[in-house]
Amino acid sequence: MTVKENTIAPNGPVINLSKKDFESDQEVRWCPGCGDYSILAQTQRTLPNIGIPREKFVFVSGIGCSSRFPYYMNTYGFHSIHGRAPAIATGVKITNPELSVWVATGDGDALSIGGNHFIHLMRRNLNINVILFNNRIYGLTKGQYSPTSEFGKVTKSTPFGSVDHPFNPISVAIGASATFVARTMDRDPAHMQETIKKAADHKGTSFVEVLQNCNIFNDGAWFKYTEKETKPENVVYLEHGKPLVFGAQRDKGIRLNGFTPEVVSLKDGKYSEADLLVHNENDPNSTYAYILSHMMDNTALPIPVGVFRSVETMLYEEALMQQLKTASQKMGKADLQALLESGDTWEVK
Amino acid sequence: MSKPVKTLNAVTIRFAGDSGDGMQLVGTEMANTSALLGNDIGILPDFPAEIRAPAGTLPGVSGYQLHFSSFDIHTPGEQYDALVAMNPAALKMNVSNLKPNGILIVNSEAFKDRNLQLARYDHSPLEDGSLDKYQLFEVDVTGLTRKALEELNLSTKVVDRCKNFFALGMVFWLYNRSMDHAIALIKDKFSKKAELVEANLRALKAGYAYCLATEQFATSYEVKPAKLPPGKYRSMSGNDAVALGLIAASVKSGLTLFYGSYPITPASDILHELSKYKNFGVRTFQAEDEIAAVCAAIGASYAGALGVTGTSGPGLALKMEAIGLAVSVELPLVICDIQRAGPSTGLPTKTEAADLLQAIYGRNSEAPLPVVAASRPSDCFETAFEACRIAIKYMTPVIFLSDGYLANGAEPWPVPDSSKLPEIPVQFAKDPESFAPFLRDEQTLARPWALPGTPGLEHRIGGLEKEAVTGNVSYDPRNHEYMCVTRAKKVAQIANDLPSTEIDGAKSGELLVLGWGSTYGAIKTAVEHKQKEGKSVSRVHLRHLNPLPKDLGEILANFKQVLIPELNLGQLLKIIHATYLIPAIGFNKVQGLPFFSSEIEERIDQILEK
Repeated sequence: MTVKENTIAPNGPVINLSKKDFESDQEVRWCPGCGDYSILAQTQRTLPNIGIPREKFVFVSGIGCSSRFPYYMNTYGFHSIHGRAPAIATGVKITNPELSVWVATGDGDALSIGGNHFIHLMRRNLNINVILFNNRIYGLTKGQYSPTSEFGKVTKSTPFGSVDHPFNPISVAIGASATFVARTMDRDPAHMQETIKKAADHKGTSFVEVLQNCNIFNDGAWFKYTEKETKPENVVYLEHGKPLVFGAQRDKGIRLNGFTPEVVSLKDGKYSEADLLVHNENDPNSTYAYILSHMMDNTALPIPVGVFRSVETMLYEEALMQQLKTASQKMGKADLQALLESGDTWEVK
Repeated sequence: MSKPVKTLNAVTIRFAGDSGDGMQLVGTEMANTSALLGNDIGILPDFPAEIRAPAGTLPGVSGYQLHFSSFDIHTPGEQYDALVAMNPAALKMNVSNLKPNGILIVNSEAFKDRNLQLARYDHSPLEDGSLDKYQLFEVDVTGLTRKALEELNLSTKVVDRCKNFFALGMVFWLYNRSMDHAIALIKDKFSKKAELVEANLRALKAGYAYCLATEQFATSYEVKPAKLPPGKYRSMSGNDAVALGLIAASVKSGLTLFYGSYPITPASDILHELSKYKNFGVRTFQAEDEIAAVCAAIGASYAGALGVTGTSGPGLALKMEAIGLAVSVELPLVICDIQRAGPSTGLPTKTEAADLLQAIYGRNSEAPLPVVAASRPSDCFETAFEACRIAIKYMTPVIFLSDGYLANGAEPWPVPDSSKLPEIPVQFAKDPESFAPFLRDEQTLARPWALPGTPGLEHRIGGLEKEAVTGNVSYDPRNHEYMCVTRAKKVAQIANDLPSTEIDGAKSGELLVLGWGSTYGAIKTAVEHKQKEGKSVSRVHLRHLNPLPKDLGEILANFKQVLIPELNLGQLLKIIHATYLIPAIGFNKVQGLPFFSSEIEERIDQILEK
């Protein structure tokens, strides 16, 4: 992707923006080597290319390392309180649907303290983009386990191992009726840019999970999937309309056995591509996407990366604006005096 | 044969029955009819938190008290002149407050074994002489209603649900009220079910006709219209007044009203009311929880709306972290706290005013914000408007306090002329050259309001401490102290923007009764009585609780003693002690009920006699 592109805003003017235009004057203060740097860079590279003027972007965040994100974006930004970014973003979007509203969040922020707001944002389907930086650890509070940490995880707060079962963010989002659900990785810049672009273009709540490395408290948590030695055998890239093929030699595929995905070899002549699952991100039934999401939990399977689900339904803010319009037509122009005098009145002389 | 009509100046009547008996409905209707007739009214709906507690039991009793008069009144009355008791439990819960020789109408059909047991009566109170000191009217309301409706072929269950209107018909006759408004109400309320319109109309008229015809009722009463200042009036409840006050502020500021709320008693009616006015562009948002409700309102303000959230005490506790954020990012926000009895879930449907300290101090660290409180149901309009004005002018969250008694109470309200309501000026930042997110207005100390979408003003705000002027994150110790002090100063100097305090009575003397919130009516009534007796008593009622009016200290100093009646254990008292170092005396009640003026009169007498 080129750094600088001219794109046309929906309302006309040519938007001539570059990555630099999205860099704020604030010094970035994540630990050197943190995966967050990549998310910031890919976002700054992508936003100039989606046809929206800079002043219309709003980044809202909660608390955590990921939530420092808005300070580094030269857009409107609101660093709020722990877990509440989706609720604040909802108020912003309802008030001004023309804004491009983004939520930067982490696994603790979105799925633990903010779990309630997260699922309700998904089900309401406002046109808001959520990027979840999933590093499977609490970084800012220095190394406690998170709701995505694996069972048995030894951390500062679980010296004998965690006895919590983890959340799978993709499954949670699909379960909460999200209309756009995708996964990408901090160490795959091109894929991340592509995914962010798709999320931005989607009409409805977009949820992007980024597998992100915390090199201080959980180094290598995703290396199996992100490093070139192990990635080909452990990651299957989802491409709409194409069969699920993976492997360094692209010699393996995913087939559905009942409701259970399984790995089959394309080499031994038993199965061909025609036997494989063909990815359909637009399936109106979310069961398929949900099955894919659970491939993460089976170590014998590669994890899917890409767009799990992308469907369109009525936007919350559209339905609301429609109601406001209809009410104005039906009830007539707002007249404060008439409102104050409504109901039963009587005259005292 | 016409029966004699006796004229009374004021009447207090209480309807009491099972919580499914429709007492609130007919009580409200009697209140509205009285208001339309020109009486002054005061009401006290008194119902359990359970929607339908087991029928016939003591906890299931729902009451509606109405005080109507031909002069200016400020309370829902104390002892009743008349009590309508639909069953033994309703009688038991209420009869002790009926005046000697008061009118007692009981539904005799309900005074049978099972209901008597449920009400824990050993034997029927109708037969043991215990009610001899009242004018007892035993009326088979159930049987007479069934008789009146027998041609309609409705189920007994449906027929029996009409008996509240039979009772209302009786009360209408007793107090010479026109049935017109009630007839219109029935037609409207049951418009989708023609058979219910007919059934309830028949019940209403049958109740009226019964009293007219039977010799049981010899005398009826009338209460002439009150001499209120001329103008157009409507009956106004506290919660409806909040909704209208917010809409008025939205119109007068030109801002879109955003109301985020999670249902909670007794605040939900504000959400219900505001959700009707979509033609005013009102965006109501029923959030997933209290925290989301306030956060969405903060987001709305950030994007340029008048962000408002409403709740009651437990919800306010949940919202506090977010309110602290609003203090820190200095955005306008109005939080309506319709207080109820606590702690915890407490008595959800009963009133109390014990969130004052929570409102003023209940946040982490130094997080000052203005607090205002309404004093009467209709005053909720002006006070909610005032909360919005302060929030917008000073870029600050403001807590508006009301309580269950004001919220559900109602009174005649002279409809204001909207053209005379003050404009609320709003200025959004536009100029990138002069803009800095925390560059304050010299006079108000408010920071600029820069809306996302404005070219060239892209900036970041957040809950981390901000550097003065630039708003960039700053850990500088001196800057933090400067910001804390400045936020406090900004709120404190709002006192310069408040009108001088009104004193009811002499400006100095023996005793000043200082009140806030819904104690207004009881205090005013009590103090007026004492003043008529020639006692040296004056009265001040505060709308602004933080900051306090500038002249308050001087006013307090002019009285030998200060009495502070509160529906809590002494919260304003603490603040007055701490602020002015005077030995003010508290008078406290936490029974889930408002003060009676007689209680305050008694306390005034005790103090003055010492």
